[in-house]
Amino acid sequence: MNWEVVIGLEIHTQLSTKSKLFSGAAVGFGAEPNTQTTLVDLGMPGALPVFNKEALRMAVMFGHAINAEIGMTSVFARKNYFYPDLPKGYQTSQMDHPIVGKGYLDVTLEDGTTSRVGITRAHLEEDAGKSLHEDFHGMTGIDLNRSSTPLLEIVSEPDIRSAKEAVAYVKMIHSIVTYLGICDGNMAEGSMRCDINLSLRPKGQQEYGTRTEIKNVNSFRFIEKAIYTEIERQADILEDGGRIIQETRLYDPEKNETRSMRSKEDANDYRYFPCPDLLPIVLTQEYVDDIKATLPELPSQKAARFQSEYSLSEYDAHVLSSSRAMAEYFENAQSVVKDAKLTANWAMGELSKLLNQEQIDIDQSPVNAIAFGELLVRIKDNTINGKTAKDVLQAMWQGEGSADDIIEAKGLKQVTDTGAIEAMIQGILDANTAQVEQFRAADEDKQKKMIGFFVGQVMKASQGKANPGMVNPILAKMLKG
Amino acid sequence: MFEQSISTLAQKLRDKEVSSVELTRLFLDRIKTIDPQLNSFITVSDELALQQAKAADTLLANGNATSLTGIPIAHKDLFCTQGTLTTCGSNILNNFIPPYESTVTSRFQQAGAVMLGKTNMDEFAMGSSNENSFYGAVKNPWDLNKVPGGSSGGSAAAVSAGLAVAATGTDTGGSIRQPASFCGITGLKPTYGRVSRFGMIAYASSLDQGGPMAKSAEDCAHLMQAMGGFDDKDSTSSETPNDDYLTNLNAPLTGLTIGLPKEYFGEGLDSKVADTINTAVKEFEKLGATIKDVSLPNLQLSIPAYYVIAPSEASSNLSRFDGVRFGHRCENPKDLMDMYTRSRAEGFGREVQKRIMVGTYALSEGYYDAYYLKAQKIRRLIKEDFVNALKEVDVIMGPVAPTTAFGLGSKTSDPVAMYLEDIYTLSVNLAGIPAMSVPAGFVDGMPVGLQIMGDYFAEAKLLNIAHQYQQHTDWHLQTPDLAKGAQA
Repeated sequence: MNWEVVIGLEIHTQLSTKSKLFSGAAVGFGAEPNTQTTLVDLGMPGALPVFNKEALRMAVMFGHAINAEIGMTSVFARKNYFYPDLPKGYQTSQMDHPIVGKGYLDVTLEDGTTSRVGITRAHLEEDAGKSLHEDFHGMTGIDLNRSSTPLLEIVSEPDIRSAKEAVAYVKMIHSIVTYLGICDGNMAEGSMRCDINLSLRPKGQQEYGTRTEIKNVNSFRFIEKAIYTEIERQADILEDGGRIIQETRLYDPEKNETRSMRSKEDANDYRYFPCPDLLPIVLTQEYVDDIKATLPELPSQKAARFQSEYSLSEYDAHVLSSSRAMAEYFENAQSVVKDAKLTANWAMGELSKLLNQEQIDIDQSPVNAIAFGELLVRIKDNTINGKTAKDVLQAMWQGEGSADDIIEAKGLKQVTDTGAIEAMIQGILDANTAQVEQFRAADEDKQKKMIGFFVGQVMKASQGKANPGMVNPILAKMLKG
Repeated sequence: MFEQSISTLAQKLRDKEVSSVELTRLFLDRIKTIDPQLNSFITVSDELALQQAKAADTLLANGNATSLTGIPIAHKDLFCTQGTLTTCGSNILNNFIPPYESTVTSRFQQAGAVMLGKTNMDEFAMGSSNENSFYGAVKNPWDLNKVPGGSSGGSAAAVSAGLAVAATGTDTGGSIRQPASFCGITGLKPTYGRVSRFGMIAYASSLDQGGPMAKSAEDCAHLMQAMGGFDDKDSTSSETPNDDYLTNLNAPLTGLTIGLPKEYFGEGLDSKVADTINTAVKEFEKLGATIKDVSLPNLQLSIPAYYVIAPSEASSNLSRFDGVRFGHRCENPKDLMDMYTRSRAEGFGREVQKRIMVGTYALSEGYYDAYYLKAQKIRRLIKEDFVNALKEVDVIMGPVAPTTAFGLGSKTSDPVAMYLEDIYTLSVNLAGIPAMSVPAGFVDGMPVGLQIMGDYFAEAKLLNIAHQYQQHTDWHLQTPDLAKGAQA
């Protein structure tokens, strides 16, 4: 049968506040267990939560970025369940009155098409601690450093119809939260985690099929793979006449499979009710408007500006603006080069290739934007040609110095002196008299094919330093004799 | 000496007629002699008390004293006290020594007050008789066969028997006022948000409120002076500035209008208690007040609403007592579930377990709307009743409880009868307004408390009214024979 996949995503983004959602403890990754805690995060008797206003500001920023209604009165609720790393026995979250209401995002896919994904809501909640099962001799260790870390849970409508679309949507959310500076976007450290709700239905059917939820997937690649394997699993069951069980599943990237974690029957009744320790958050229109007015440029706005200001193609503008770091890198380099097309080509080409090879992000690049720009200036002013520039970039990558230092040290400067080029060409012509004879006897079409041989010889003799823009016309003239 | 007011004692301390160390020793000795009969203290902190008394004497010598400096008081055992066992009357906290201080107790420390110890209470403040304590029932100093009321029964009994000059209590549904009434002392439940809840072990967060329990309104005013006011560690704490509770104590009551809600004088009210309250009201008329009838039509609904809302919040608040980080953990747990269930089953007493179960049920999917939401709607109606009545009158008066203190064990097998004890007090917590219990007479040798309820943040007014009444009556000056019998 022809199945249609229906996907809705819940993305937990960790807000990059200095302190926790309900206490003054510092937020950070990798500290010694239980060193970033206060009475509140430890759930001590009599400890009371105090709401972090910075998290509120960040949530409202996000709301504006996804064209959402802002909850002018939002309410914290308690989600009650027992778990050793949930110190209070409840998670403080939002239920009926979230801070961010209905919004949407227009997602651009790789093939250039755009689709709109509805966002049901985004709400503030606190994270739990961590249970550590290793190194405790069969017992469980509890680390509450993460307890009460602020999260914004972004819940999409079941509008997504493919793995690619899901990934494009998550990337877009990632790009927005990092643009806004409200999340560091570090997925490996758990700053963004994704729950995937997925079901299949026969194409054309209105009614949704039974869904499963895949918990805590934490990379773009795993999201895509988890979706593919889950689609396959569900399709196999349905095609064998089976039924999907509504349950929570885990994705195992090593085996590339999802497996059951708990079924609906085992699910908790969370007994949500408004948290009596926290007053409802009531916003003024002025507060909401002020945040809107000071919102930084968003990815889509930046892409539009790149097209108009730098005359970049829609594709280039989209790629370069997809991450704030890449966009900043591009603009900083461009301010040195003053040739947007050249900068864009090199940033998306050679530079991205090196980043991919090393599996690092642009903000970890060993060559900074200014140094990269200075290299491109040397292409622009004909000091070196593109081929040489690749080698220079490689050397810069290895830490051998600035573009000019390397060009100087290795003597890579292009030969642009007409006399020197003429002398070099004369040498080539003298050494290849037979080929010169053939060339002169040939018709124009043949000549066009044959000239490449001479260009190659000249470049070889110049060790690549001859400016190809100059070699071609001089060579053509001298060959004619 | 033990019967004297805070003002008198403060003067004596300043005049070096007595030192804080001497005064503290006197009360520690009284506790040693008398408390075995009452069981009003869970912990007596002799050493700390003498240390604090010494420090207070230095402050007094240097002239840096407040009216509370050197005054020995007791704290209900649900205020966390750094380095001193804090049990909340429960086995689950039998080993809990907090590494932090509640805002209320720390404000008393800053004022130089001396902490004699921690008073007994119904476990997690759940009860109206103080029979629900893991540390044993407290006896009423007026009759050792009777209950002192609850949940702040230890504080009430201790103050009544002269084992402390004053004490702190907390009131979620009447837990300051009812024991104050039963033991013949003065107690104030402030407006919700007036006194910080930080470091107060929660029973029902939206209702809990700490307050003073003392012999007189004036003493309560001294305590409120220290314990009231905004606290940035409690999000529900009010930013309304703390009043000066002492300056207006002597304002005359001429022109005061007192509302008498007919619902407070209906079926279930002991007729002798009713007579006592009516006599007290007449006294106010003599002092220049006018009496008006008012109505609080939804009073009856306060019991079901309270017994849904309070257990619901409690079921969540008490989840943190799981044996993982502090408090009681069962021996040799088989697995996680076993650890949870046995630690909690062993740690919590029956009443607490019952309320956790009720609250868990009320919040469950499918029941939430019928119970919790309905109760919240009733709560709004009750609040509106008070707001409307208080548009017509300055304060509302009535009994605190339908009877005087009842016999130990007489209601333990009838939970509904026990819950009905709270009929006149619960609605005040649901509305969040302040209310007092003021000694107003005796029925068959047992004290009766008059309840005075006022508008939000009208504590100073309530204290003024009670103080004026106490200038013209001596009910608050009566002490049980048990207190007099000992050396003083």
